[in-house]
Amino acid sequence: MKRSLPLAMLLALSLAPAASAANEADYKAAYAAAEAASREAAGMRNQWTVTVSALAAAKRAADGGDFDRATTAAKEAEALAKASIFQAMSEKEAWKAMEIR
Amino acid sequence: MKARIALVLGSVSAAFVALTLASPRVIAADKVDPAADAKAFQNFFFQKFPDVKREDFVNGPYSMNADMKRQWQEKEEFPPYEFALDAGKEMFATPFKNGKSYADCFPNGGIGIRQNYPYFDEKEGKVVTLELALNRCREANGEAPYSYVKDEMASLTAYMAFTSRGKPMDIRIPDDPRALAAFENGKRYFYTRRGQMNFSCASCHVQSPGERIRAEILAPALGILNAMPIYRSEWSGMGTTSRRFVTCNSQTRAVPLEPQADEYRDVEYFLSYVANGLPISGPGARP
Repeated sequence: MKRSLPLAMLLALSLAPAASAANEADYKAAYAAAEAASREAAGMRNQWTVTVSALAAAKRAADGGDFDRATTAAKEAEALAKASIFQAMSEKEAWKAMEIR
Repeated sequence: MKARIALVLGSVSAAFVALTLASPRVIAADKVDPAADAKAFQNFFFQKFPDVKREDFVNGPYSMNADMKRQWQEKEEFPPYEFALDAGKEMFATPFKNGKSYADCFPNGGIGIRQNYPYFDEKEGKVVTLELALNRCREANGEAPYSYVKDEMASLTAYMAFTSRGKPMDIRIPDDPRALAAFENGKRYFYTRRGQMNFSCASCHVQSPGERIRAEILAPALGILNAMPIYRSEWSGMGTTSRRFVTCNSQTRAVPLEPQADEYRDVEYFLSYVANGLPISGPGARP
């Protein structure tokens, strides 16, 4: 029992990074989702520059083989694109509150 | 019982009267009324800045800050847009390869007409800006179009604006539902928040004119296009109305639209119309 506990901890620690590290498939899925949301925002003519930058950063990191960073950037791009879609939807009516009457 | 019936009848009658009175207002609020919009727009600025002379709004941030105004007045003795003005005059007078010139494309030979742009073209069903009309003129005469944002286009519009200096902006909105829709679309664009900063044009130029945003003093929206094109120290050169819209969008972290996109044409139509009566002051100079 005394010997098995440190062994189990060592095993868990060695597996932990592998469990959280993103692989190419994770990146591709995250990038595809981000790209779809970004296309939708662009279709609404409400693309944000930061979404474009985050997508480019994701691609750059993936090209360099850093899928952790690439996946994080792709997820950020998706979140930004979704925020811009929300903005476009809410502004369809909200702009009237600003109008000088 | 009678009292209860009287109460119900009274309530129904009161509700009916209220509905009858309220209905036209609801319809009126949704109706596109450019004249009423322009009046409200101008009054807003006149009341917000009672000490600013009406014709001074076209001078942007200089109308909001006495120190800046003094510096600008001194700078106007040797204005930074002068080289563009000279170039524009020469370009305007130089015939195309086919022998025709810009003067052949515009009413009054293109002189003193800036105050009528943009206009609504009933044939096309869209707003036509001066920049667009200039490039169409070039293309119709076998010349390549210019970039919409700076250089030659800024020089040409600088010269044309100069020939209209002091003339009151005079934008017409014909009784055409497409023209009213273009005006409304421009208004919507002006007030719509965009970009990661969640700013609309109005966030800076209606809510905060005269205030500082970093080192700059924000210009009032009223008459903001009367000074176009402008020499901006920030750009180290001249820029057109298209350039102004594109950079404003970028500053809010929104991807700009293509120059002369329908939205930009419409917002130019809206902003110019609400400045009717204020003098053309372009070309201008800004920090």
